[in-house]
Amino acid sequence: MQKTFWGYRRENGRVGVRNHVLILPVDDLSNAACEAVANNIKGTLAIPHPYGRLQFGADLELHFRTLIGTGTNPNVAAVVVIGIEEQWTKRIVDAIAATGKPVTGFGIELHGDHETIMRASKAAREYLQWASEKVREECKLEELWVSTKCGESDTTSGCGANPTVGDAFDKLYDAGCTLVFGETSEITGGEKIVADRCRDDKVRAEFMRVFDRYQEMINRHKTSDLSDSQPTKGNIAGGLTTIEEKALGNIQKIGKQCVVDGVLDKAEMPTHKGLWFMDSSSAAAEMVTLCAASGFVVHFFPTGQGNVIGNPILPVIKICANPRTVRTMSEHVDVDTSGLLQREITMGQAGDKLIDMMFRTANGRLTAAEALGHREFVLTRLYESA
Amino acid sequence: MIHCVLHDPADSVAVVVVEGVKAGTTLTGLILDEDRTITLPCVQDIPLGHKVALKDLAVGDTVIKYGVDIGKVVQPIAKGQHAHVHNIKTKRW
Repeated sequence: MQKTFWGYRRENGRVGVRNHVLILPVDDLSNAACEAVANNIKGTLAIPHPYGRLQFGADLELHFRTLIGTGTNPNVAAVVVIGIEEQWTKRIVDAIAATGKPVTGFGIELHGDHETIMRASKAAREYLQWASEKVREECKLEELWVSTKCGESDTTSGCGANPTVGDAFDKLYDAGCTLVFGETSEITGGEKIVADRCRDDKVRAEFMRVFDRYQEMINRHKTSDLSDSQPTKGNIAGGLTTIEEKALGNIQKIGKQCVVDGVLDKAEMPTHKGLWFMDSSSAAAEMVTLCAASGFVVHFFPTGQGNVIGNPILPVIKICANPRTVRTMSEHVDVDTSGLLQREITMGQAGDKLIDMMFRTANGRLTAAEALGHREFVLTRLYESA
Repeated sequence: MIHCVLHDPADSVAVVVVEGVKAGTTLTGLILDEDRTITLPCVQDIPLGHKVALKDLAVGDTVIKYGVDIGKVVQPIAKGQHAHVHNIKTKRW
């Protein structure tokens, strides 16, 4: 396996594999100005979203943590932040600035959209031209942070695409990378297997605490056995029957050897290398958005029936072992491991194929989702606004 | 050709991995964890990705896949039949 890749080293020492200039709205009201700036300054990227007003408590903290984490992600070179008012805008700007990254904020009130767009466009242009001169440098493999989450899974996910990620994760874990998986509800039926893989009793207790909390939340709100939601209609069409079956397929992504070294809250950043479990939704765009906000720079996304998701700043590599999906949705598939199910390739070869695509992606190759313009940016909400 | 795959020799179901599996076909199944094959009769048409029963299963039996409990049988299933939401349910939630 290669030991280095070509990345962008940021002011705080972290390494990114993309060089985005982000136009980041604090709230729903600021989407229009952000999109106008991104339209003015070609090559910048606005990431509109529907939230940021009247949130409070843990839900508001998660909102800030997700936006700040997205801005500080090393795949981002510089950030323009726009909010309806200046105080929450400043909170995000200050947190991003603490990493040394160039960032400027603009409040719309007392200025209006026109003047805000003009001032923000000037800042965005300077950042874009500055970022365009950044040069990739050779970085150690262990500096790469890789996340995983699967979607539109079917039974071929559990026997093909997910164990491919598992094989790659075992190898990357040994190489000293920082890794994450999550999808708390989709561990249901496999929680004892994950608990057994935890580093020690402390990590195990924390994993079981967040797992039990999620189960309690589902039990509180459910009106049925969730057979209309988990597994999804797509999962069932693809042959998955129960949440337990889906979960056992899901956890193939953590391979056979690597150890769960810690548990993260949503959009929380790892503090050391190793494999982390993030307490998170199993909805694809929510989870991938949280991975980006936690600082991960490359994502492995196995799919069976063909989930088409991408992310604005995190390259999403699709892995598929379903021969029909590979045939009918080929433009979405980066790594075809359907040969596994016909014994044409071994699991070790499939994992190596994914790692090869990981290096190519890290070095600059656009993923299928990037080429197709998939930029799903979806914030997780914990409860109603005030 | 591999028609279906299973993870553990003790599994009660296997996953069909090719399109167009019809009743009357003799299926070749690959045991992934052991890299060896088995054969079994198929008595119903089974779509790609769906499961075929490897043994007769009675109501209340636990269904095993990956060597682990994935739910309970709610309608009798004969060896070679289609095993899915019409005859298996979750034990959770």
